[in-house]
Amino acid sequence: MTEAEVIELIDSSLAEEFELDRADMGPTANLYEDLGLDSLDTVDMVIVLEGAFEFKIREEEAVRAIRTLDDIHRFVLAKIEQES
Amino acid sequence: MELTPVVITGVGIISPLGNDFSHLMAGLRAGRSGVREVAELEQVGGLRSRLAATVSDVDPKQIPRKFRRSMSNMSIYAYLASQQALTMAGYPDDQLDSGDLGVSIGSTLGSTITSENFFADYFRDHSLERMKTGLFFKMMGHSCAANVAQSFGITGRVFAPSAACATSSQAVGYGYEQIAMGKQQAILCGGAEEFHPLTVATFDIMHAASINFNSCPDTTPRPFDQRRDGIVCGEGCGILLLESKVSAEQRGAKILAEVVGFSTTSDTSSIASPDVGAMVNCMQLALQDAGLSAAAIDYVNAHATATEQGDIAEAEAIRQLFADRIPVSSLKGHLGHTMAASGAIELAASVGMLQQQELIATLNLEQIDERCGGIAHLQQNCPHPVKTILKNNFAMGGINTTIILRSYLHD
Repeated sequence: MTEAEVIELIDSSLAEEFELDRADMGPTANLYEDLGLDSLDTVDMVIVLEGAFEFKIREEEAVRAIRTLDDIHRFVLAKIEQES
Repeated sequence: MELTPVVITGVGIISPLGNDFSHLMAGLRAGRSGVREVAELEQVGGLRSRLAATVSDVDPKQIPRKFRRSMSNMSIYAYLASQQALTMAGYPDDQLDSGDLGVSIGSTLGSTITSENFFADYFRDHSLERMKTGLFFKMMGHSCAANVAQSFGITGRVFAPSAACATSSQAVGYGYEQIAMGKQQAILCGGAEEFHPLTVATFDIMHAASINFNSCPDTTPRPFDQRRDGIVCGEGCGILLLESKVSAEQRGAKILAEVVGFSTTSDTSSIASPDVGAMVNCMQLALQDAGLSAAAIDYVNAHATATEQGDIAEAEAIRQLFADRIPVSSLKGHLGHTMAASGAIELAASVGMLQQQELIATLNLEQIDERCGGIAHLQQNCPHPVKTILKNNFAMGGINTTIILRSYLHD
């Protein structure tokens, strides 16, 4: 999977789960202030990403530092790299 | 303790006959049936009934995702009906979080659909790793009440009676009592039910579901009729905004009807079969609560679901109190049995009958079963002066309820 494909899978999965408008989903979009997610959504976001990429991330400390879509992109890309 | 009068100022409906109060009343007046064939039921092994009174044209996307994520269908119905009731009542937005408004909305169970989906996934590998945060909020027993309170920012008392077919009449009755005691100024009261084959199976295995009219859905259920063969399960939600008369008058709200009596009792003769004496006792206690004699009642809206035993017992109980002096009908022929929603939907219809001074007949009642005789069955809709209505609901588990409504307009 290319980097662009990974980013597309992340964005499309989150857009579907949280009914987000793709036009609002720029890399700098803050999950809480710009996209309106909250702590419950964050838990579900982890489950959605685990389902999409078939990895386990819920125990990872770095997840808690995620604030923007770009944070997610970089986190997932690093995780895939680490597991390959 | 001095009790304050309680009135109804708003009604909200999601029903097999349509998704607001006016569509419900139009369907009832036109003698329409909300019963239809449900293809899904053909796939269920051992199930003989193929019919249900389901709702249609509900758009969950009207509800913001942040609230909807914790809702199954029953809470979606409860939200939409509550919104209608608040709008009809003109209840001020800035009073929702005053603490004066409460919520009393029940359901038979938490969401069975959600349970089925969860366990279907869980039993694949016994993993909880795919479980999302919304699951519990859909399965909990007070899901409808909590979701409505959260969504509208209602900060008063929240409670969720659960008594199967008597759920929403208990919800209305307990709301009435709390307002009468001055504990709340207004309460959204009612019940919601979402369709699931398990409900149909529950009645089918007890030989209490209609199975002989699968090819002609609009001819069943048949309350009090010789050819009745059982319940048709339904879904929906009925919400009544109950309010202290003082609060309604101060707001200048239009008062639709008055709640003047309530009783709920336990029939311990059987968990499944009704007892005539217990039904009579429940109606008498409601009359006593209202300070009325049986002679003051103009019409009885029966629970009558078209089961063999239930209809005979209720007809006999009504006969003992009212003989054949006043009209009696059941709305199950139109609406099926909407279970936890049935009491509130049928109370709403009773409010409509008070307003229109027209009584709705029992649909599909062609030949009265002589064992259900001795009472004045209504077989044709008719204009009728009606000031006071007695409404019954009798539930599995031996839970009986009676509510008495009085017209506010026709003194």
